[in-house]
Amino acid sequence: MKIAIPADDKNIDSTVCQSFGRTPYFLIYDIDTEIADFIDNSAASSQGGAGIKAAQAIVDSKVSAILTPRCGQNAAEVLTAAGILIYKTESSSIKESIAAFKEKRLDQLQEIHAGSHGHGG
Amino acid sequence: MPDLTDMAAKNLKIAILSGKGGTGKTLLSVNLASAAIDSVYVDCDVEEPNGHLFFKPKWNIETEISVKIPQVDPHKCDGCKRCVEFCKFNALAYINGKLKIFDDVCHSCGGCQIICPQRAITEKDRAVGTLSIGDSEGVHVLSGMMKTGIALGIPVINELLSQCGSFEDERPIFIDCPPGSSCIVMESIKDADYCLLAAEPTMFGKHDLEMVWSLVELFKKRHSVVINKCVDQSDPTEEFCNENGIKILEKIPFDVELGTLNSNGRIAARESKKYRDLFSSLLEKIYREVSHEAAVDSER
Ligand code: SF4
Ligand code: SF4
Repeated sequence: MKIAIPADDKNIDSTVCQSFGRTPYFLIYDIDTEIADFIDNSAASSQGGAGIKAAQAIVDSKVSAILTPRCGQNAAEVLTAAGILIYKTESSSIKESIAAFKEKRLDQLQEIHAGSHGHGG
Repeated sequence: MPDLTDMAAKNLKIAILSGKGGTGKTLLSVNLASAAIDSVYVDCDVEEPNGHLFFKPKWNIETEISVKIPQVDPHKCDGCKRCVEFCKFNALAYINGKLKIFDDVCHSCGGCQIICPQRAITEKDRAVGTLSIGDSEGVHVLSGMMKTGIALGIPVINELLSQCGSFEDERPIFIDCPPGSSCIVMESIKDADYCLLAAEPTMFGKHDLEMVWSLVELFKKRHSVVINKCVDQSDPTEEFCNENGIKILEKIPFDVELGTLNSNGRIAARESKKYRDLFSSLLEKIYREVSHEAAVDSER
């Protein structure tokens, strides 16, 4: 099973990015093989609808779950439609978040914040 | 007093702005429009239009405003995702073999329809608000109202502004802008010839003024400030204007009578000569500013 985490750096020792749509990278982590893969988030610099674009990339990378501190409404809609579960991270460490997920210590994200209506540009 | 109508440039567009609500923006707008008598008043605060509460116009026209948004024929769509990659607003996503359209994020550019190789995308109308046009003692009143649940006010504002120039006779146009300095405010002042910034003589007032002032500077709009509810005290807003060389066109003193008329939904300039004179003289100053600056401009 694969999971995704917004990451501040292309490095598993780095931290969980506080923004889903604007994160520079996503870690795509395979729980079974422990293979870590990083993808650039092309939505990071997009004018509007960053959450939707980032969510599309996550859907395309075929993960089963995403671990993130927060998530916007539109992004959540895309992820949920694709059957991806959204878990709320508690720690800022990527490794600790993965461990917590494996031990089933993470709760599903409840508060979904309303988007900025995508008219930033 | 010189004849105001003589001085009024044809279809002169004056935008009235403020950093937040309650600084007398609507007070200024409705009173200036009333003092001008044959004028157009446009309420661009499409989330909460309130100018009509003062004018109480007889509505002649009420129409629905809609925008074009894409819809997809799932039988024709083969999932190539070209449209998803194309949309620079990221209003489209392709999930589980289906194209998902985020109506609120779409900017109606029509691009996806053109780009789709399967011609799977067509347009449909989406109602975003209503436009009302009415009359109130010589003032044409235009009011736009966003539908609830619609995120974007810009289409409604655009429709309002395109309608306000459509009157045959050449009247000055007063644009009552939404509060703040967001993109809907930029849209509202886009075509304005002159911007009047309504401010209050407090620290908060100064901060709010700073925001809208940066906006009119950015748009290189001619402008000046009207400070409302002035009392005899040190005034951070005035200091800010002086430091930055911003012209203060008028300081309206704190006035219980004016405040009471206003909060009762009355237009002071229509109620008494005192206020008619106040706003007529302010109007005259605006016209003078505009013609003066126009003269300076043509000398350049
Ligand atoms: S019309 Fe333009 S903004 Fe709307 S979904 Fe299509 S490409 Fe995106
Ligand atoms: S471009 Fe046309 S065919 Fe391709 S995914 Fe979009 S709607 Fe479907």
